[in-house]
Amino acid sequence: MRINGQEVDASVGASESLLVLLREGLGLPGSKNACEQGECGSCTVILDGRAICSCLVMAADAEGAEITTVEGVADGDTLHAVQTAMIEGGGVQCGFCTPGIVVAAAHLFESNPVPTADEIKEALSGNICRCTGYSAILRSLESMVPR
Amino acid sequence: MDIDRPADLTAALQALEQVPDATLLAGGTDLMVEVNFGHRRPEHIIALRRVEELAELNGTIGSGVTWARLEGGPYKALAQAARTVGSPQIRAAGTIGGNLGTASPAGDGLPFLAALDATIELRSASRARRLPIDEFITGVKRTAIEPGELIHSVILPEEIPERQEFGKVGMRNAMVISTVMACVMRYDDGRTRVALGSVATTPLRARRAEEMISAQATPSEADLTEFQRLVSEEVRPITDHRSTESYRRHASGVLARRLLERCLS
Ligand SMILES: Cc1cc2nc3c(=O)[nH]c(=O)nc-3n(C[C@H](O)[C@H](O)[C@H](O)COP(=O)(O)OP(=O)(O)OC[C@H]3O[C@@H](n4cnc5c(N)ncnc54)[C@H](O)[C@@H]3O)c2cc1C
Ligand code: FES
Ligand code: FES
Repeated sequence: MRINGQEVDASVGASESLLVLLREGLGLPGSKNACEQGECGSCTVILDGRAICSCLVMAADAEGAEITTVEGVADGDTLHAVQTAMIEGGGVQCGFCTPGIVVAAAHLFESNPVPTADEIKEALSGNICRCTGYSAILRSLESMVPR
Repeated sequence: MDIDRPADLTAALQALEQVPDATLLAGGTDLMVEVNFGHRRPEHIIALRRVEELAELNGTIGSGVTWARLEGGPYKALAQAARTVGSPQIRAAGTIGGNLGTASPAGDGLPFLAALDATIELRSASRARRLPIDEFITGVKRTAIEPGELIHSVILPEEIPERQEFGKVGMRNAMVISTVMACVMRYDDGRTRVALGSVATTPLRARRAEEMISAQATPSEADLTEFQRLVSEEVRPITDHRSTESYRRHASGVLARRLLERCLS
């Protein structure tokens, strides 16, 4: 498979998830593991153009896929606009949910560069944050939309 | 664990013929939860996501069509149902075939299929067969699928009414398994279909309510009230960690009536 633009050859444990492979097998711990049941979104990655929960992908079924994790969202040292907006808007507290939010939001802005406030909320409805109460996150992302 | 990743339907059916009791994997949103928690340890997986023929949405609904596609698809009430499934991440991966394969009483795609008396096409290497949805789903998480078979597609009747509505009652908007859900269809000649989920072991058609309201060309307030009462009477809900028997009974009638009113307006 290709991860963040690099060809990766991996052997995987029986029925292990893509999330476990990324974190434990490939040294990419940015995707977080908080539930392993698709509820929290902290493990969100882009797989073949779709934002999905990597904890629900069987690693062995990701063969041949093109994957972007949070580690691959920035362009080298240049942060993605979503990352900058989250830093400037204070959309981060403990940071545990942040990787999943960044990937989901980056995916949203890619497909829909001028989302409405409701579209932002909808795009993040699969990402749980225990700290911010969401408003700082939504404000950060809304600041990216020219008014 | 072994895995096959067939590239087309023929290869998938051949793999299944070799290992008839293999575990089929579509979007993984049901299966991987069970695997992650150690409830299932599949020995042999056949992964279906590369099989394009199963992802066709053209007159029939391929088992591999995702909720994300159904959200923008041609069937109004199914699109409404798709929109309530999980979250964007779940809808991008989860499929209608997986919903049927799991056959949970809370499967959001099932009331639409039950309301239309949809047919499920099963394929094995040696045969194709079609089962009406109420013969396909035989109980809580039980289906009539046999070893060596996979769900190929859902076949809908030719006549599909334009007036169709789906609704779901749950604790919040996103990421919620339903307390009660319903799908109502109203044909131009008055025939009405109402199917409910999460209120019985399998999707339930409220046949007496259907019969009563189908006879009314322009239902009066009293007819609607009677329709609501019949639906509440016909459902067979249970009390569990999500809700109580009596609330589900009440909510079934209210929801079905509201959806019918939307169909009539
Ligand atoms: C966080 C979360 C929220 C959810 N919310 C909802 C919700 O709101 N409403 C709802 O209805 N569901 C919900 N689900 C359940 C699940 O997403 C759906 O049931 C989905 O449709 C399953 O599809 P899948 O492709 O992911 O199935 P998989 O997990 O790949 O498979 C499910 C079952 O079906 C079998 N199967 C898959 N494809 C076939 C086939 N072609 N032929 C035969 N058998 C097959 C598999 O072997 C397995 O037993 C949720 C799940 C999660 C994790
Ligand atoms: S760890 Fe995947 S959704 Fe929570
Ligand atoms: S910042 Fe702590 S969970 Fe979101």
